[in-house]
Amino acid sequence: MSALSPEIREKIISYYGRYPNKQAITLPALHMVQEAYNCVSREAINEIADLLELNPTQVVDTMTFYGFFRDEHHPLGKKRVWVCRSLSCMLRGGDELLAEVCDRLHLRPGQTTPDGEMTLELAECLGACDGAPCILINDELQLKVGVEEVLALAKPQGGSKS
Amino acid sequence: MNEAFEPVLLRRRGVAGSQTLAYYQQDGGYNGLQKALKMTPAEVIKVVSDSGLRGRGGAGFHTGSKWGFLPKNYEGPIYLCVNGDESEPGTFNNRILIEEDPHQLLEGIAIASYATGASVAYLYLRYEYGQCYRTLEKAIEEMYANNLLGKNILGSNFSLDVYLVRGACAYICGEETGLIESLEGKRAWPRIKPPFPAIEGAFRRPTVVNNIETLACVTHILDKGPEWFMSMGVPKDPNNPRDPGSYGPKLYCVSGHVNNPGLFELPLGITARELIEKHAGGVWKGRKVKAVVPGGISMGFLSADELDTPLDFAGPGKAGCLGLGTAAVIVIDDQTSMVDVLYNNCRFFAHESCGQCTPCREGTAWSSKILRRIRDGHGKMSDLKTLEDISNTIGIMPGTTICGLADGAAWPIKNALKKFRPEFEEYISKGQKTEMREALAAH
Ligand SMILES: Cc1cc2nc3c(=O)[nH]c(=O)nc-3n(C[C@H](O)[C@H](O)[C@H](O)COP(=O)(O)O)c2cc1C
Ligand code: SF4
Ligand code: FES
Repeated sequence: MSALSPEIREKIISYYGRYPNKQAITLPALHMVQEAYNCVSREAINEIADLLELNPTQVVDTMTFYGFFRDEHHPLGKKRVWVCRSLSCMLRGGDELLAEVCDRLHLRPGQTTPDGEMTLELAECLGACDGAPCILINDELQLKVGVEEVLALAKPQGGSKS
Repeated sequence: MNEAFEPVLLRRRGVAGSQTLAYYQQDGGYNGLQKALKMTPAEVIKVVSDSGLRGRGGAGFHTGSKWGFLPKNYEGPIYLCVNGDESEPGTFNNRILIEEDPHQLLEGIAIASYATGASVAYLYLRYEYGQCYRTLEKAIEEMYANNLLGKNILGSNFSLDVYLVRGACAYICGEETGLIESLEGKRAWPRIKPPFPAIEGAFRRPTVVNNIETLACVTHILDKGPEWFMSMGVPKDPNNPRDPGSYGPKLYCVSGHVNNPGLFELPLGITARELIEKHAGGVWKGRKVKAVVPGGISMGFLSADELDTPLDFAGPGKAGCLGLGTAAVIVIDDQTSMVDVLYNNCRFFAHESCGQCTPCREGTAWSSKILRRIRDGHGKMSDLKTLEDISNTIGIMPGTTICGLADGAAWPIKNALKKFRPEFEEYISKGQKTEMREALAAH
């Protein structure tokens, strides 16, 4: 059985015309796969390499450069919530927010709640310093957040942006 | 002058429907592109060159000159890379520009592509800007449907495709050759320059990399002319033949300890004091300023005595900072420890160094570890000397690294130890500590 659905294979193939070579589709392909499966498995890497005419090591090399992608041993929860820890957020309570969320959820950054609902991550400046402290929920920014709002995201159906 | 300033780049901010092509066109949008298409590409480059526009991405490079470096009569393809990685801590103007007015940017992209001969523009957008991504997707679709992208744009001979590329949360992808490597599907290791991208860039072809705010300015320069652009900002310094001046409107991001953080559009050259007091509502809680980051954390610090520094391309440098950077101002109040601030900066650069140059990889990692130790109450006076040594030896300027990340990592250390030294000495000699909760110790 194939690790990638026919839809994803087709979507990857539909990108062929965008770039002068296929290697450039590596990053888009990794995004497509992680979005669909919450991780990029070894089989998926092999199949991406196949479609892009690369050695799987080339895909691994790119994938592991970015802390963003997860292998099948570290899949993401349903929601991925990033708490910013860079300077503007630190100055307005970002560190306290993160520490409090970790304590209350008994999670360390990078970990997922036992029910698989939410993965907590550390972020560097999210580009929303006007709303410090802020978080990123999947790929949507949320400005000026408090502890309770982040905790609510850890509950099933918590938060509207999942 | 500032009270009367009418925003240009943010004119449509907050207007309902400002993201749609219909609104943009009835508001005068795509006039600049229409004008450009009636000129030759060389004439368009001349207009942009004459305006004095300098890149808003951090280095302040003269945009017309950058475009002029491309090889002449090149058979193609030539690429435009639009730098939307915006990850310099403190900076958020690209986000607001895109969310509020995507066509203003896309028009600039079309004009720049026409001028440079680019047939494809890749817009590299940081992953975190999901809303921007979806806004741009819609806007690009509208453009294709209305002959503003694709073949023979507006009946001309000019054809252009624009593709969005999403990053994956790595600061180094904002460095122009890191961006190109990432675009090519590789790890984002910046390239040794020369060759510069204008000669050998994306896919080994001539490439221009421009910032989003820069391209938004191009739209207005074509529409209103170079003289209009030069009517704002700070003219060339007559005593310095090498000063190209600081013209045009600028987006200033203000964050940190102010009452009213936000994005303010003003003519280049406003002072830090005026920006903080008049526009950002002053320092919060009735406190005083201790330090101000003038343009993203890579630029270092202004002290409380340096607030009258004009935030044009030359000002912060005269006060010992690295430069204007992204004009992202972060205000730090007098209750904040500079040891904590500097630790936060050093930790950022250690986390974001791409690791290919040993001085940068080791220097950023060790400066972060040393500051961590000082905060744990185990600092030694000799640590300050080690930090200084690191800051004087990593970067393009001392000639030890491939890209400017290391210079940006060095500068906050240099400025902090020069301008706030007694605070560091006292912290160490009194054995002070900053409590760090366990979660924050993670890398
Ligand atoms: C470490 C590092 C990160 C950078 N990040 C960005 C960025 O996020 N956005 C940007 O436009 N320029 C960034 N730059 C500057 C780019 O290398 C480049 O100078 C700029 O995109 C050119 O555009 P401009 O001439 O329009 O300013 C960065 C530079 C360095 C050294
Ligand atoms: S200076 Fe640092 S970030 Fe830049 S290429 Fe070298 S190691 Fe990478
Ligand atoms: S520092 Fe947190 S969003 Fe910029």
